[in-house]
Amino acid sequence: MDDASMKLKQKQPRRYVVSRKLDAFFFDVYAFGQFIARFFRNLFLPPYEFKEVVHQCYMVGVKSLPLITLTGFITGIVFTKQSRPSLSEFGATSWLPSLVAIAIIRALAPLVTGLITAGKVGSNIGAELGSMKVTEQIDAMEVSATNPFKFLVVTRVIATTCMVPLLMLYMALVALLGAFVNVHANEQTSFILFIENGFQSINFLDLFSSVLKSVVFGFTIGIVSCYQGYTTTQGTQGVGRAANTSVVLAMFLIFIEEIIIVQVVNWFRIT
Amino acid sequence: MAKSNTHIIDRTKRVISIRGLHKSFGTNHVLRGIDLDIFQGENVVVLGRSGTGKSVLIKIIAGLLKPDSGSVNVLGNDVERISYRELEKLRLRIGFSFQSSALYDSMTVRENLEFPLLRNSKHLSTQQVRQAVEKALDAVGLSQTINQWPGELSGGQRKRIGIARTLIMQPAIMLYDEPTAGLDPITSMEINDLINEVQERFNTSSIIITHDLTCAKSTGDRVAVLLDGRFVKQGSFEEVFTSGDERIKSFYDYNFIT
Ligand SMILES: Nc1ncnc2c1ncn2[C@@H]1O[C@H](COP(=O)(O)OP(=O)(O)OP(=O)(O)O)[C@@H](O)[C@H]1O
Ligand SMILES: [Mg+2]
Repeated sequence: MDDASMKLKQKQPRRYVVSRKLDAFFFDVYAFGQFIARFFRNLFLPPYEFKEVVHQCYMVGVKSLPLITLTGFITGIVFTKQSRPSLSEFGATSWLPSLVAIAIIRALAPLVTGLITAGKVGSNIGAELGSMKVTEQIDAMEVSATNPFKFLVVTRVIATTCMVPLLMLYMALVALLGAFVNVHANEQTSFILFIENGFQSINFLDLFSSVLKSVVFGFTIGIVSCYQGYTTTQGTQGVGRAANTSVVLAMFLIFIEEIIIVQVVNWFRIT
Repeated sequence: MAKSNTHIIDRTKRVISIRGLHKSFGTNHVLRGIDLDIFQGENVVVLGRSGTGKSVLIKIIAGLLKPDSGSVNVLGNDVERISYRELEKLRLRIGFSFQSSALYDSMTVRENLEFPLLRNSKHLSTQQVRQAVEKALDAVGLSQTINQWPGELSGGQRKRIGIARTLIMQPAIMLYDEPTAGLDPITSMEINDLINEVQERFNTSSIIITHDLTCAKSTGDRVAVLLDGRFVKQGSFEEVFTSGDERIKSFYDYNFIT
């Protein structure tokens, strides 16, 4: 609890600069900034918790696979199905594979993976760290000479940052598979042709920007939910709030980041 | 029953020495000038009403909270001045038994006990770790729970596992936060015996926070009463409760009459 961000969160300014709510908001933003800085300070300092990082990667990555598979497959099928009518108006259903591939790889896979993991992993981390905080498990870790920030926060943020891009790539494949199933059933397109058509329109920049987005989303999910959990106060009520805020805030930031990254990448595309 | 063991206390060696300690949370001035010395091998009981800052006091000793002013010296280290590395080293010699037990929910009882060992005594073999875990569990009489999850245990069992987890590192100082709260009289007595046994076997110095006067009487070499952020009375159990101080007397009456 000798944690600077914790103290900042608790500190109540006596006289408000703007209004009580707005001041509290900026205090929170500042404390969050401190938390991020602390993450990077701790990231490069030994001891490195390799074993725990691997464990967390498993928890984030492997445990999310069923959900990602299901949502990815459905996304692929539904998107293809919904796009067909507008293309067939122009008699252009042969474009379907490339349209779907572009949509999935550029936009759908990163965004859907980001949102799904924010919901599943974000709430999980927020609630887990939150309950560890209020039941003094974090203090217990600290007095047994294990740096809880490194052991709990750094490992989880690394795990989400590494795993979300992998999950995104996996989801893209599954979604393409879903799209293929639908295209094959309707237009009898062969797998080879589907792949050829689909990947013709994808370039390196598309893939790169999607991976970049996913890295940013993964980091956001990890750091936001760890911050919410690690600074939980007010007992079990606070735990619920931490889990909830983790998801809402992470999703909100993911949309903002999506907009920014798309803008920047499009700028590269043109020049 | 009075304290039965005849442990020798070294009154020349202070393991904890606190001077003029103040701590507030916002406008809530909790500790208002604490002075306290704990000697080598001594069990000191801290009594005080709920919310007087007993838990805060031992959290400051373990470096979990920072004091606003005053000095806190533990085993020759000024807790506030030392680096984080040194603080971690110091913490290995302090055992902290939490009021809420604070067992790691995501680990079994065995993993809970192994955790401090595996992380801090890397030279130990798997065999040695296993033996240490079994011995510590045996000491609190809960060998059969070794593969259970904390969620499956009763409050009293959790408390005893929590104590076992701190004993496993063989600390020089034990800080017990309400070790007998919420336990039946027989289990409480077992805990009291355990506290005395630890003192005797490892020559450990302890701070025992409690509301339970039986616990205070049977484990404390000295009793210190915390009131309004200060120690108002220190001495043996009998000295404290025959002093005729109204505030202390009411604490005693309440404990035994109701
Ligand atoms: N982290 C914290 N932030 C703000 N206030 C705190 C914090 N920890 C303790 N306090 C306040 O300090 C006071 C003393 O708390 P403490 O937990 O030390 O009481 P206690 O003497 O241990 O009581 P109990 O016997 O009920 O455990 C309480 O008023 C509490 O509100
Ligand atoms: Mg307490």
